[in-house]
Amino acid sequence: MVYDIMEVCLLAGKIMLQSGAETYRVEDTMERIARAFGVREAHCFVTPTGIIFSIESTEPTKTKLVRITERTTDLHKVALVNGVSRRITNGELDIEKAFRALTEVEESQLTYSTKLQILAAAIASGCFLIMFNGSWVDFLPAFITGGLGFTSVIYFHRMVPIKFISEFIGSIIIGILSYLFIHMGMGVELDKIIIGSVMPLVPGLLLTNAVRDLMAGHLVSGISKGAEALLTAFAIGSGIAVVLSFL
Amino acid sequence: MYILQHLLLSFLAAAAFGIIFNAPKSSLVQSGFVGMLGWGIYILFTINGSDAVNATLVASFVIAVASQVFAKLYRTPIIIFIVAGIIPLVPGGMAYDAMRNFVENDYNIALALAAKAFLISGSIAMGIVFSEVINQLIRKTAFIKKS
Repeated sequence: MVYDIMEVCLLAGKIMLQSGAETYRVEDTMERIARAFGVREAHCFVTPTGIIFSIESTEPTKTKLVRITERTTDLHKVALVNGVSRRITNGELDIEKAFRALTEVEESQLTYSTKLQILAAAIASGCFLIMFNGSWVDFLPAFITGGLGFTSVIYFHRMVPIKFISEFIGSIIIGILSYLFIHMGMGVELDKIIIGSVMPLVPGLLLTNAVRDLMAGHLVSGISKGAEALLTAFAIGSGIAVVLSFL
Repeated sequence: MYILQHLLLSFLAAAAFGIIFNAPKSSLVQSGFVGMLGWGIYILFTINGSDAVNATLVASFVIAVASQVFAKLYRTPIIIFIVAGIIPLVPGGMAYDAMRNFVENDYNIALALAAKAFLISGSIAMGIVFSEVINQLIRKTAFIKKS
């Protein structure tokens, strides 16, 4: 019984953490679910790389650890798990149904195909170019460079599962492509094209999560997410710098 | 016309970011709206000669408040709305200029720009924090009234 409650809580926490939710939200959700199933006292310690969860009941305290190695951004899953936990606290789901609902969420595919995401990245790059006072002449170069830069980050991440390397290579490719567009006479301002195309890689989610976690008192998670954001920013910056220094 | 163009593009960009972050389909329009609101305020402040740091602070505060309203309304985590809105405010251009000056061995200008970019990121964080504080205060007062 206690083990089943633990499994449900840990599954919910694991999905949320892997999908890019804030640490404090993960802890909050897990404790809410545990309380809804009648657990007197539950403690969890969540960091970006693992969850420790323990339940106190009439039996001796049980503790379990789950490691999180792969983290992606999938806000749809965060919202889905949030919905499931809301239904649990309303008493609509028992343990077995809750576990099944969460397993369904875990196995669900990404909401958007990779192609659509690349298209979105390309559109965002073009829009940002104009928003940063670029000229419409550079719209198409930024569109293509941003899309290809995002594609290469996804592709290289599949080949080498180190985030720093894929972002570094992606921004090198963005730099080279932007230079080529200027060289061929299709673009006018190199700076604006590069800035626009780099925007889809900017660690916005990590930054906001880091701040919100720090303010909620989750110092360990906040600092480690801030470090991850800084590392991403450094990867993008150094990739562009490498290209610029050879021009 | 200038502002209208910016509003339209920021809406598109924020919604596109919703797709990149795999936000639920039903919340794309809202996150686009939040992004548009934030960027509109930023543009209005900078056009009228305000400093980028102040403009970012106000814009991120408004974004956070709007996201909280949407999160309450649609019963979804606030992070879905806030992220897409924040992205345009991230000082990518300034960080790029700083990097470029570092590469060209112009450390004085580079350090000044880097400090400015750091301040702007700080003001994004401050804006989010302020709105969180106000949210907590509202919740507290509502709680006191009830009890």
